[in-house]
Amino acid sequence: MLKKEKDPAFVKFRGIVKRFGKVTAVEAMDLDIPEGALVTLLGPSGCGKTTLLRMLAGLESPTHGDIIIKGKRVNDTPIHRRNLGMIFQNYALFPHKTIFDNVAFGLKYRGIPRDVMKDKVLAALEMVRLPGVENRMPSQLSGGQQQRIALARAIVIEPDVLLMDEPLSALDENLREDMRREIDKLQQDLGVTTIFVTHDQREALSMSDKIVVMKDGRVQQEGTPIEVYNNSANHFVADFLGHSNFIGSTVEAPENGRIRVRLDDGSSFLTNPSETFNPGDRADIVIRAQKFAINHRSDQGELAGMNVLSGRIRERNYMGGEVSYYVELANGEVIHVINLVKRNPFRRGDDVTIAVDPENCRLLRELP
Amino acid sequence: MTNGKSWKPWALLSPSLSAVFLLLVIPVCFVVVYSFWLRAPSGGDIPAFQWGNYAKFFADFFYPSLLIRTIRVALETVVLCLVMGYVPAYFFYRTESRFKPVLMILIMLPFWISFIIRTLSWINILGDSGLINHLLLKAGLISSPFSMLYNEGAVLMGLLQYLLPFMILNIYVSLDGIDKSLTEAATSLGCTEWQAFREVTLPLSLPGVSAGCLLVFVLTCGTYLPPMILGGPGNDMIANLIFKRIIGTLDWPFGSAISTLLLGLLGVIVYTYNRYLGINQIFKSLR
Repeated sequence: MLKKEKDPAFVKFRGIVKRFGKVTAVEAMDLDIPEGALVTLLGPSGCGKTTLLRMLAGLESPTHGDIIIKGKRVNDTPIHRRNLGMIFQNYALFPHKTIFDNVAFGLKYRGIPRDVMKDKVLAALEMVRLPGVENRMPSQLSGGQQQRIALARAIVIEPDVLLMDEPLSALDENLREDMRREIDKLQQDLGVTTIFVTHDQREALSMSDKIVVMKDGRVQQEGTPIEVYNNSANHFVADFLGHSNFIGSTVEAPENGRIRVRLDDGSSFLTNPSETFNPGDRADIVIRAQKFAINHRSDQGELAGMNVLSGRIRERNYMGGEVSYYVELANGEVIHVINLVKRNPFRRGDDVTIAVDPENCRLLRELP
Repeated sequence: MTNGKSWKPWALLSPSLSAVFLLLVIPVCFVVVYSFWLRAPSGGDIPAFQWGNYAKFFADFFYPSLLIRTIRVALETVVLCLVMGYVPAYFFYRTESRFKPVLMILIMLPFWISFIIRTLSWINILGDSGLINHLLLKAGLISSPFSMLYNEGAVLMGLLQYLLPFMILNIYVSLDGIDKSLTEAATSLGCTEWQAFREVTLPLSLPGVSAGCLLVFVLTCGTYLPPMILGGPGNDMIANLIFKRIIGTLDWPFGSAISTLLLGLLGVIVYTYNRYLGINQIFKSLR
């Protein structure tokens, strides 16, 4: 069977600006959402991610710019004609309607005959693995179950785009993981284009086809989870996606595709640059806490080709599977290291070396 | 084993419970007891137990007709308050204006002025030499004052200005508890704003609507100032009759009997309302 070509720009934002009075929530945004993909808008609160989602839904209108769904400009299409499925943080189930009536709500307004409606509703409940609850009231279900009903209510109308506004943040930690996998699987099974808003980098990294990192109403970086994690475009992205060390340095010279830099404490590092640098430039080496390997200083093993620093453990936090160390260098700088727990975790006061592969040392231009 | 702290809620409740008991329950019991007493031709009250006062009420259609009129006026007031109260309440729910707190205070403002003064002030507006007639005469639209006072319309006006804030606040409180994302969810599923209002907002605001209606109804049944000040001879309600019997002719036994009947009737209405309109049911579904 000939597979239909997927539209790489199923949803398009073109020059979107949104102002609330004097506050700019979204600034000159251009963004393409590929068909069938799960795209995450990731950023801290106030970064404009929810506003962007609400503009796509039709709950806010952009101050400037165009929103295009399936090649059609929808700026002037009211929300009820956009055929979108929306999932809210607080579920937003209708408390006075049964589960059946909640799920059937969108079908009713699409003029689906009663018997077809019934089949579709029951199939949707089956799909979110909650068959048999159709006669209950929302208040009789747990939070996780309510969110699954909300999911059923949104997918039963076969929306062009599924919009999720922090759908997991009201759930307990353990439930969140289950629900995340549930959404991920459902999205893949249905192949529905999905936009997922979150401030949780783990959610974003684990389920997205594409992550859009936002800050102050602007896109900081877009790419696959691996791209944005390993090749963070700037300090903000590197920091937001978890536990990065920024080490100040001066560029010395290129060396076999790498760049050699001199750290402020005098050590020399080979780094993996994302852009071109000239000798003498100031740059920050970005190294994730997990990329360091920590060893006793006496234990000089396989360190050939690695960048090595030595210091003393100032603080240790045991976290079950992993341990987080804060290693103080001779010049007082503190490096955050996260390692898996081996036989005996290091203790506070231990003299250690920390080593990192040049591959994992990204070089970013120093912030002005 | 009993919970060692079980007395605490009672201790905290005791001041208000004793106030209610001393100032409400006991006086009401006195009224009920009085309603069986006899009134001597000389004017004194004679303790007795007989149904004469109640028989007297139903013997002459004049008295029950006042009760019927009271209920009719109360229902009219409820409908007017509901229609005129829902719209502002909904406005308060939806508005994001920074003047909302000021507007809310304006709703409360009438409570700062005595009910009697507010009722009397309508004479200055509706009276023959009041504001409206003055302006109409001056504008040459009418040649002689247009009579607006001392009829049921004026009484309803007086009741409305007294009771509208209660209705607005009751409905507003109910609306305010409705998550606005419910309307957003409804419209995202294909409803227009109006359909979403009918499907979601209106049904979820019914607890406030029904509480407001009940409150307005009961308060109207018990009020005598608007008919007394703004009504004519034919606009008396049941509370005016009680007032006249007890304060006017000092006929405590008969006045008490009418009071007891009104109390019983309102009790039955509140009970039935609660039971068949299922107020509790609605509350339950609100999470």
